[in-house]
Amino acid sequence: MGQLLVVEGVCKRYGAEEVLCGVSFSLEKGETKVIIGPSGTGKSTLLRCINRLTEPDRGRVWLEGMEVTAPHANINKIRSQIGFVFQDFNLFTHLTALDNVRLGLLKVKKMGRKEATERAQAELARVGLAGKADAYPAQLSGGQQQRVSIARALAMDPKLILFDEPTSALDPELIGEVLGVMVKLAHEGMTMLVVTHEMGFARSVADEIVFMERGVIVEQGPPEKLFRAPAHPRTAEFLRKISELYGEAA
Amino acid sequence: MGLDWAWLPQLAHGLKITMELTAACMAMGAALGIVLALLRVYARGPFLPLFWLASAYVQFFRGTPLLVQLMIIHFGLPSVGIRFTPFLSGLIAMGLNTAAYQAEYFRGAIQAVKAGQMLAARSLGMTRVAAIRHVVLPQALRLALPPWSNELIYMLKYSTIVYMIGVMDLMGVARTIAARNFRFLELFSLAAVIYLGIVLLLTFALRWVERRIRVPGLGSAGRG
Repeated sequence: MGQLLVVEGVCKRYGAEEVLCGVSFSLEKGETKVIIGPSGTGKSTLLRCINRLTEPDRGRVWLEGMEVTAPHANINKIRSQIGFVFQDFNLFTHLTALDNVRLGLLKVKKMGRKEATERAQAELARVGLAGKADAYPAQLSGGQQQRVSIARALAMDPKLILFDEPTSALDPELIGEVLGVMVKLAHEGMTMLVVTHEMGFARSVADEIVFMERGVIVEQGPPEKLFRAPAHPRTAEFLRKISELYGEAA
Repeated sequence: MGLDWAWLPQLAHGLKITMELTAACMAMGAALGIVLALLRVYARGPFLPLFWLASAYVQFFRGTPLLVQLMIIHFGLPSVGIRFTPFLSGLIAMGLNTAAYQAEYFRGAIQAVKAGQMLAARSLGMTRVAAIRHVVLPQALRLALPPWSNELIYMLKYSTIVYMIGVMDLMGVARTIAARNFRFLELFSLAAVIYLGIVLLLTFALRWVERRIRVPGLGSAGRG
């Protein structure tokens, strides 16, 4: 299996509503895959099923051939290898930017204090926030907070990073700085699975686009194909609506 | 009417007992209260019985008067062979009682910490226990400080009931002296002034602590 991540037949139901039904796809090392689709179609739930922040009802997930969904899988160890970037950042509010990035190194990786500090500072520099190490989340803009949360994920040396609408909670003028960091990561070869409505990013960075609707994958393919000649009428309609809304992309 | 300086050493000793009793019962209440709150919030699945136990504890100690609890412990338990000194009875009754109230303050504070904080901690690979210890509790304790301060002041004043089982706290000393010389107005007024002084001191001290632990950029201590 040359695939870094394999998702097979994942289903999730909340009460009567089937949020995900039989979602399968895979991700190669170094690949950037973007998931698009209308709100409420289970994109975020899918990301959370991958590291089991949400427990899938059915289906299996493998990371580098190791089954994440196995009953006795060491889920904490697996999660430490999968970065997760949340829509609303979820930085630890009582800790400085540096401590936010350092906490996982100290408490999960059991790294020494000096080494962890150096690593955390390096990651903050990588997202352009070397000067904000001592700032608390409430003292940072949304864009800066999201970059700290990316640094927090990067510090763990993840095999892949899951981005759950990383720019949806940001003011328009702050979106660029976060996308900038993500573009840089993609070019550096980080494996990324990104849920987003930023079609510009999807077009220019994604190796492959997945269009999801009502809990199923409708269509997937390289961006040039999906944007120019979508195979499915639902994909075409979604792209048309998005381009009307944002005046770009499709 | 007039004050007698000779009362002061005795009153000072009573004050010392009052403060020791209050400090000890608050510490006991905080330790037990945090455990009870954690059980009430997190004990589910196979640990559900612990949730029930913690809930029953809180309901019982909040639902019955402290004075009754004190009487049961000091005068009731000796009939089954369990005896404590008056001070210890007072400490146990007050500690067990305040633990139930503190548990509710801590529970509210834990639940006020946004769910995303736990999710983010777990996504890094932290165990639930580590996430509670390093992420949830540090935030929750900041949130709980204002109600906890009220509880401290309340317990300081309510500790006066232990004179009824013979503890020579500030109230007990004042009453004992007054019973000898019948100068009730002077002695109880003096006691009132001393209690007020201590309460004001504590209020300022706690406000200082609240400012010290405030997270920069957030409005009040810990609130987002």
